[in-house]
Amino acid sequence: MKRLLIALFCILSLPVFAQEPTPTIEEATDSEAFSPGEMILHHIGDAHEWHFATIGDEAEHGTHITIPLPIIAYQPGKGLSVFSSSNLAEGKVYNGLKLEHEHLEAEDGGKVYDFSITKNVASLLLSAALLLGIFFTVASGYKKNHGGAPRGVQSFFEVLIVFIRDEVGKKAIGPKYERYMPYLLTIFFFIWFNNLLGLMPGAANLTGNIAVTMTLALMTLLITLASSNKNYWAHIFATPGVPKALLPIMIPVELIGVLVKPFSLMVRLFANITAGHIVILSFISLIFIFKSVLISPVSLAFGLFINVLELLVAILQAYIFTLLTAMYIGGAVEDHHDADLQIGGGHQADEAHAHGH
Amino acid sequence: MPPLVTPELGLIFWQLVIFLIVLFLLAKFAWKPILTSLKQREDSIEGALRMADQAKLEMQELRAGNEKLLADARLERDRIIKEATTLANQLIEQAKNKANEEGGRMIVQAREAIQNEKNAALAEVKNTAAQLSIDIAERILRRELTDTDSQKELVNSYLKDVKLN
Repeated sequence: MKRLLIALFCILSLPVFAQEPTPTIEEATDSEAFSPGEMILHHIGDAHEWHFATIGDEAEHGTHITIPLPIIAYQPGKGLSVFSSSNLAEGKVYNGLKLEHEHLEAEDGGKVYDFSITKNVASLLLSAALLLGIFFTVASGYKKNHGGAPRGVQSFFEVLIVFIRDEVGKKAIGPKYERYMPYLLTIFFFIWFNNLLGLMPGAANLTGNIAVTMTLALMTLLITLASSNKNYWAHIFATPGVPKALLPIMIPVELIGVLVKPFSLMVRLFANITAGHIVILSFISLIFIFKSVLISPVSLAFGLFINVLELLVAILQAYIFTLLTAMYIGGAVEDHHDADLQIGGGHQADEAHAHGH
Repeated sequence: MPPLVTPELGLIFWQLVIFLIVLFLLAKFAWKPILTSLKQREDSIEGALRMADQAKLEMQELRAGNEKLLADARLERDRIIKEATTLANQLIEQAKNKANEEGGRMIVQAREAIQNEKNAALAEVKNTAAQLSIDIAERILRRELTDTDSQKELVNSYLKDVKLN
């Protein structure tokens, strides 16, 4: 069942990601009319300032409600420059730097390394503070209320923590699960919190950013490789049950598999969250495309439906990312390779399969 | 590459730094105490359950022991009562027998004594009668028996004197 669900989400997520942006980019060429593509890409992309709303016509320089964020740029030879993003607003040039479609560039065409606290980084800091605040409170609950029944926020998160420990950690990794619990719990709550934060109006699309999902996936890959034992490598270089003659084909395939696993993690989370945002924004754009208020109930209904669906996707994607990470780690630390998919339930599933015949 | 799928170096850097700091802080100050407390609580609950089970088992054993003891006591009581009844019956029987025997023996003795007394009394009566006869005969003989009338009178007068009892 788990495998089926995962497969379903892999299949469902990719086409949405591939199809959605295409029509929107085409429409972006028309600068006068409302361009949903540009608006959507602007909303799901990163920005150097936190923009909430614009009052008045944008073309006639209406009032922007924004929080300027710090720009941190490193230029080889020129050194580090730190300043407020309000200096670069409306295409202005400051310190020889300018923003070209939210991309920091040097006026003279030199190389710029952009370490700015962008909207996503600000959101990341916010979520980090939220995570630390909430889980320190939960942890203090255990200290205050030692040995007793959980109370308040503690009882809400205890269910999830126990679920991740028992259903993900213990089942997918096996007896060595304890070492990996901090990482699993952190990525689960990190992804979930950021998915939810991303659904808030005006918030950043952090988990729908490829850089963030790539970093998370790379960490999973590094942990998997760092904890791999000789069985894991034996499975790659001498796959059991495969004739020697086929090994030249199998070894590259298995090695690609090692990289494909985190790659799929990266794409799945990015695509699911981005797609959700694009769909919601598309429904809202309908009002402006048809230039009619009559379409708004439809937009609202569909937008609300997708938003509620996104609430489910938020926790589901967090769970899937955590489960797959646990399964990859489980595959790396497992003592015997007897199941193709290194899921904890593999043994029972195989037995059930055998009984079925 | 479209900007949407181009990872920004700056964001990767910040994500890595901030995530690792969060991971470290949470692991040290949140996950470790939380997981330890959860484990402790689960262990204590499991221990308590096991202890309760053991206590239940012990209770059952104790109750079974008590019942056995009670049954034994009841059996013992029954046995003692039975023994006592038997003994009492025996005693009564014995006493009865003894009393009967004694009674019989006393009756026999009494009968013997009565017989003896009777014999003695008869012998005395015989002796007294013989003595009396001899006396009478002596007196008659002593008086010269002249006439028959006077003799008869004499005999009568003597007989009057004799109290036959």
